[in-house]
Amino acid sequence: MTEPLLRLEGVTKRYGATLALTEVHFDLKAGEVHALMGENGAGKSTLMKILAGNVARDAGRIIMDGREIEIHSPRDATVHGIAIIHQELNTVPDMTVAENLALGQEPRTRFGLLDRHRMLADAREKLGRVHSNIDPRRPLGSLSVGMQQMVEIARAVSENARVLVLDEPTAALSRGEAQELYQIIEKMRRDGVGLVYISHRMEEVWQLADRITVFRDGTYVGTGLKDELSPSDVVGMMVGRSIDDLYHHEPRTPGKVVLEAEGLESDAVGPVDLQLRSGEVVCMAGLIGSGRTEVARLIFGADRRRAGTVRINGRESQPADPADAIRDGIAMVPEDRKVQGLFQDHSVENNIAISSLGKLTSGGVVRRAETRTAVLGQMKRMRLRSNAVDLPVKALSGGNQQKAVLARWLLRDSDIIILDEPTRGVDIGAKREIYEIIDALARSGKAILVISSDLPEAIGISDRLLVMRSGRIVQEMPSRNATEEDVMLHATGAGSRTVPTHTGVAS
Amino acid sequence: MNTQDSTASLALEKEGFDFAKWWDRVGILIVLVALIALMSAIAPNFNRVDNLLNIARSISINAILAAGLTFVILTGGIDLSVGSIVAVSGVVAVVAAVAGIPAPLAIVLGMVVGAACGLVNGALTAYLALAPFIVTLGTMTFLRGLAYTITEGQPIVASDLSFKDLGNGYLLGIPVPVLLMAAVYLIAWFILERTHYGRHVYAVGGNAQAARLAGVRVNRITTSVYIIAGACAGLAGVIFAARVISAQPTAGTGYELDAIAAVVLGGTSLAGGRGRIIGTLIGSVILGVLSTGLVLMNVPFFTQLLIKGIVIIFAVAIDSLKTRPWLFRSGAKSARRDA
Repeated sequence: MTEPLLRLEGVTKRYGATLALTEVHFDLKAGEVHALMGENGAGKSTLMKILAGNVARDAGRIIMDGREIEIHSPRDATVHGIAIIHQELNTVPDMTVAENLALGQEPRTRFGLLDRHRMLADAREKLGRVHSNIDPRRPLGSLSVGMQQMVEIARAVSENARVLVLDEPTAALSRGEAQELYQIIEKMRRDGVGLVYISHRMEEVWQLADRITVFRDGTYVGTGLKDELSPSDVVGMMVGRSIDDLYHHEPRTPGKVVLEAEGLESDAVGPVDLQLRSGEVVCMAGLIGSGRTEVARLIFGADRRRAGTVRINGRESQPADPADAIRDGIAMVPEDRKVQGLFQDHSVENNIAISSLGKLTSGGVVRRAETRTAVLGQMKRMRLRSNAVDLPVKALSGGNQQKAVLARWLLRDSDIIILDEPTRGVDIGAKREIYEIIDALARSGKAILVISSDLPEAIGISDRLLVMRSGRIVQEMPSRNATEEDVMLHATGAGSRTVPTHTGVAS
Repeated sequence: MNTQDSTASLALEKEGFDFAKWWDRVGILIVLVALIALMSAIAPNFNRVDNLLNIARSISINAILAAGLTFVILTGGIDLSVGSIVAVSGVVAVVAAVAGIPAPLAIVLGMVVGAACGLVNGALTAYLALAPFIVTLGTMTFLRGLAYTITEGQPIVASDLSFKDLGNGYLLGIPVPVLLMAAVYLIAWFILERTHYGRHVYAVGGNAQAARLAGVRVNRITTSVYIIAGACAGLAGVIFAARVISAQPTAGTGYELDAIAAVVLGGTSLAGGRGRIIGTLIGSVILGVLSTGLVLMNVPFFTQLLIKGIVIIFAVAIDSLKTRPWLFRSGAKSARRDA
């Protein structure tokens, strides 16, 4: 067996007490596309950052051409011929394509001035190597994201990259742009470059990859030739966990339909139809970027609807502002509690009371004693200590902050509660408490819609699952017998009979 | 496990002497008391009741402007146009009174004009999402031009101005502007501290995005605070006109900066969400006492400006340094509460 181009052995990375990578292996041959797959948090990006020289590994070896190398900085990575194409492009949009390609190594005339002619000629040559006919005089920002990505690849190739890492490269691309990218990848493979392809999308991995490696929770699960694997094999390797009693709850009996959305559509998502029943917990599953948060925001009036109707208990709800949706009986706990949920400097009391002041005022004047009593009641229900009531909310831990946001909506007593990633960044104890509250709310007749990227959680706490992909609900299933494999198959599109070439954003 | 960390933060709260908290409560008041003590010691006539009432009257216009501006700054906005609103509303009220409109109506008209200017500022800021600094810089210039246009560049002197008592009169021995100032602060305090609306003002300044998702109608609140600032400026303009018994197109020039200084001196954060109306009152008084005291001490005008500038920077610097406790606390306990 020939020595691979790049080999990683026993690479480990620790962030504080958590292990992001535990002794993982990975190897790459010249002229192959090697897909790296795993759920969010599996350690793919950490590995990539180590290769890029942005993060230092704690243990393990990086071997290139049979020799051990050290990568301490992005400069080192370039010197060894390793180039990374990030999800967020690393370019200057206001400068021209040629200027971007020459960035940091601009050619100079003998008077020390910028040599524009050579810069343009160099740019044409570099673009030619990736078979692109982009005009190098155009400002980079005027190009489509796909073409900008191509410029980045051209830059990488011009630096004689022998290893090219692509991190979710098609996430922002249209179908046509993705096709162009596939062709470039094909050409580079023929030129003997080794490509690491990080992606969630089963169908494109199946189209491009020679081999597939799967990581899970920072550990190496396995590697196989694509031709010897099936999509469900890979999904099984990616999830591989069992649902423990963390999610245990007694069976619930859903009541009548309280929320009914039809043809809900914005520029990013839709059309989406969905129903929520009282006494029911529904989870929206799907990959990041599949449009779950967008759907929630459309229902809640936080973003503008392009089309579609929402009926609540048969009455149409057309919120122009979240305040209208709240009046119609909807609550939403946003995804990012620091930025979207909390007033960090304000007291816990004010953070909890803010959405219910209408009920707690007479003639516009806040009934203060009553407000305090009501807030303390909800804090007790959330097991938040009452003497925290006057502290700034930023003094609380992540889990307690999340409970404060929940308390806000419990106080409001909305009939329909949307929770966007309610347990992200929350420790396991607070997680369990949040699950209990969700269960109790459903039992008291509320309709609950949870968005979760944590698959075992999504399946474990819900009665029904809505799987989203590319802005649409592609599958609805009861949670009772659902497996993570089922959900992943639909979320990635691997469940379709024929493997489509690429699924762009719904047109 | 979860109760532990609340206890931990509470322990931190109690531990030792917390300069930040202490300064927030009484710091600015101590500066004021020290200043008054200093002035009484140096300037012989400072402590006389008539002098104190004079000081109160002289600060009332700036204090009323600053009260309105506090609402705007609490939402994270800024209003540079209040000085020009003083001129426009004063001019409108005087012209109306001269034209025979009854005094109370002329006064109300002045305030309504101020509020209307505020509505323009607020609507442009909230609904077109323009930067308030730029919007109010524009209206500041426009409204100054409007005041000149109405008066054709000349002061309109109205020696028998029907509402001149508003600036020069006394009620129960107290100058009318001082009573108006007291009323404005009482109302502002009640609104900010006791009402639904007041909490929403703080929420918008604390985190506009979170406020919107919590059901606060952010655009309406934003518009309304500029209307309040405009109405306050309108009242200040009418008082000014009454005080000088004429319509002055140059009235209020530069007042916006004194008002901003008073708000910031009073501890309100320019980033929004934090501050107290009572602080603004104390800030206005400090600036007023300083000016009057320096005049009584025969300090030349140019030197007065130097001292005023230093005081503003000093007060704001303390306010900013208070969040770095290791500068003030003894011992190694520099753990920040938000850590």
